[in-house]
Amino acid sequence: MNKIKNLADLRALKERLQTTTKLRDKSEYSESLIQIKVAMATCCIASGSRETMNFIVDELDKRNIEAVVTQTGCMGYCYAEPTVEVSMPGKEPIVFGYVDVKKADEIIEKYIKGGMLVEGIIPVNYRKIDEQ
Amino acid sequence: MADYKIHLLVCGGTGCKSSQSQILTEHLRTEIKNQGLDDFAQVIGTGCFGFCEKGPIVKIIPDNTFYTQVQPTDAKEIVEEHIVKGRQVKRLLYKDPKTERIISDSRGMDFYKKQVRIALRNCGIIDPENINEYIARDGYAALGKVLTELTPGQAIEIIKKSGLRGRGGAGFPTGLKWEITRQSPGNEKYVVCNADEGDPGAFMDRSILEGDPHSVIEAMAINGYCTGAGNGLVYIRAEYPLAIERLKKAIEQAREYGLLGQNIFGTTFCFDITLRYGAGAFVCGEETALIHSMEGGRGEPTIKPPFPSVKGYLGKPTNVNNVETFASVPVIITKGYEWYSNIGTEKSKGTKVFALAGKVNNVGLIEVPIGITLREVIFEIGGGIKNGKKFKGVQIGGPSGGCLTEKHLDVPIDYESLLAAGAMMGSGGMIIMDEDDCMVDVAKYFLDFTVDESCGKCTPCRIGNKRMHELLIKITQGNGTKEDLERLVNLGMVIRDTSLCMLGQSAPNPVLSILDNFRDEYEEHIINKKCSSGVCKALMVYEIIAENCVGCTACARACPVGAITGERKEIHRIDPALCIKCGACMDRCKFNAVIVN
Repeated sequence: MNKIKNLADLRALKERLQTTTKLRDKSEYSESLIQIKVAMATCCIASGSRETMNFIVDELDKRNIEAVVTQTGCMGYCYAEPTVEVSMPGKEPIVFGYVDVKKADEIIEKYIKGGMLVEGIIPVNYRKIDEQ
Repeated sequence: MADYKIHLLVCGGTGCKSSQSQILTEHLRTEIKNQGLDDFAQVIGTGCFGFCEKGPIVKIIPDNTFYTQVQPTDAKEIVEEHIVKGRQVKRLLYKDPKTERIISDSRGMDFYKKQVRIALRNCGIIDPENINEYIARDGYAALGKVLTELTPGQAIEIIKKSGLRGRGGAGFPTGLKWEITRQSPGNEKYVVCNADEGDPGAFMDRSILEGDPHSVIEAMAINGYCTGAGNGLVYIRAEYPLAIERLKKAIEQAREYGLLGQNIFGTTFCFDITLRYGAGAFVCGEETALIHSMEGGRGEPTIKPPFPSVKGYLGKPTNVNNVETFASVPVIITKGYEWYSNIGTEKSKGTKVFALAGKVNNVGLIEVPIGITLREVIFEIGGGIKNGKKFKGVQIGGPSGGCLTEKHLDVPIDYESLLAAGAMMGSGGMIIMDEDDCMVDVAKYFLDFTVDESCGKCTPCRIGNKRMHELLIKITQGNGTKEDLERLVNLGMVIRDTSLCMLGQSAPNPVLSILDNFRDEYEEHIINKKCSSGVCKALMVYEIIAENCVGCTACARACPVGAITGERKEIHRIDPALCIKCGACMDRCKFNAVIVN
């Protein structure tokens, strides 16, 4: 380890280390961020959801988009795996089906960055218990 | 460096560690490895989360899932279900005792809602044994700023304007103390961190040192620069092994990075820290006694002035601050005094850490903005009294503080209001009592502690407190008289006025404040010879109700001293002169014939 000789050294080090704890900071105010849930049940994983999740996390980071990506259990749309739910702040969550790496790229570019809907949306066809 | 998608934060404070959190950490790591997810999820041992009641705690980031009372055997399920498949392990989630609803996100818990974590900002978030995590969260930026951009005078001005006051209990303005040390002539000065936390039920300083040791190191270096001291000393009690271990590790890491040692941040400033171990004497928390103990002498206080800021360790100017005070300093420098002074009340700024203990649902470590009410702390953050019992009193400030009651629940917690109500801020111990606690016994307990811990140097404390203690024993044994109450008050006043140090001066506080607030309980013990909480054994009388007794002889056979007489199928009798009040007869009786008064 090189010694920290001046303030610039410390700042550079902090810059490099920031990602190690950034996730913990973000989780504190996650409701004001874009939240992405990747379904991660057995069948989803078999269909490649872990690759999708890794891709989304890394790409969002590269493209400087602040978001929280979590995994969740089976969403029930097993025919359309991998499935991903995107909640933009202040908007209704939208579920996308068949999200492979290519589709994920399209969702990030068009929906998250541009606000345009892309193909593959699974419409809401159920009611939650607290709505009844 | 791999970027982890999921962080599992496992509490590694002393409380959770004693409930096997370390084994749990290892199990989680093994399970994650078995699943081939070592690049995906990371397990981090952190400092105290504060929610000690339900430890060990595991928090999953980024979805903020808060698992409580996690056992090593639960590791497999957490990894297989949550980390692999994204399904929460429902049975380990926190259940709100009031609404019976499951709360998975820690931010939704009453315990955390009203807290503002400044001194505890990194506790439960970073790995205290990894300096990189501290730096990643802006660590050492304050030291860098102070050394390269500010003069000592400017830095002291920031602390002064922030309104930070000593968190060890007395509440002396921190900036002013720093200024006095700076102005004291001498080319050799010292910075001392007082980590001699001795109140029963208090663990604020320990948790900070265990959870975020670098914040204290950084603040001590800042203090060294401001006051002109080149040496820092931490006086810590030997019964805090984990805090000592983490502090040592942190000091080594800081040295390796050049953040302690020669020419820090390329300036001419040099500073290093060494540890001094205390043997756990309560009086050594008093700064002059602490200094004598560090010098190798007896831990006895001396009269102030001269204050340590003028003449302290080895006769040199010494700045003594408490752990929590230091932990608040770096963030005040980086975020500015305006930010800090916006929190709190007119005269007491910022936040205070409290250790909740006793008959409260959520026992643990909390940090709240000064000015919050006792009601909010006990009934919202603390979750109310255990088992639905009735609240009776709260002892604030440990054995030096006072006992407050129901009518004080809306008193704002700040230095002045607490003093006016007859208690004090103290270092932050808060012991909550319910209807089953006998207040005379509580007073006796605290006085017992101070009598034990008195160093014996001055007469009022050594002998006066002993006499008060004897009076309390007399009362709890049913031999008290009305004059004894007056004697207690007179004696207490004299001890308060004439003792040498704060230990003696404050020792009568619990007795006097309980006498103020619970006079009826004292009188009940004296006049009616009764203890309605059923704590004072000597005042209890066991009796047999004639209607319920069937004469089975079970109680007579259970009695170890042969105090029960009576033939088979006849009503039994207890001889009060022989009875030792062990309760064996009551446990044995199947007909509820034995009662206690």
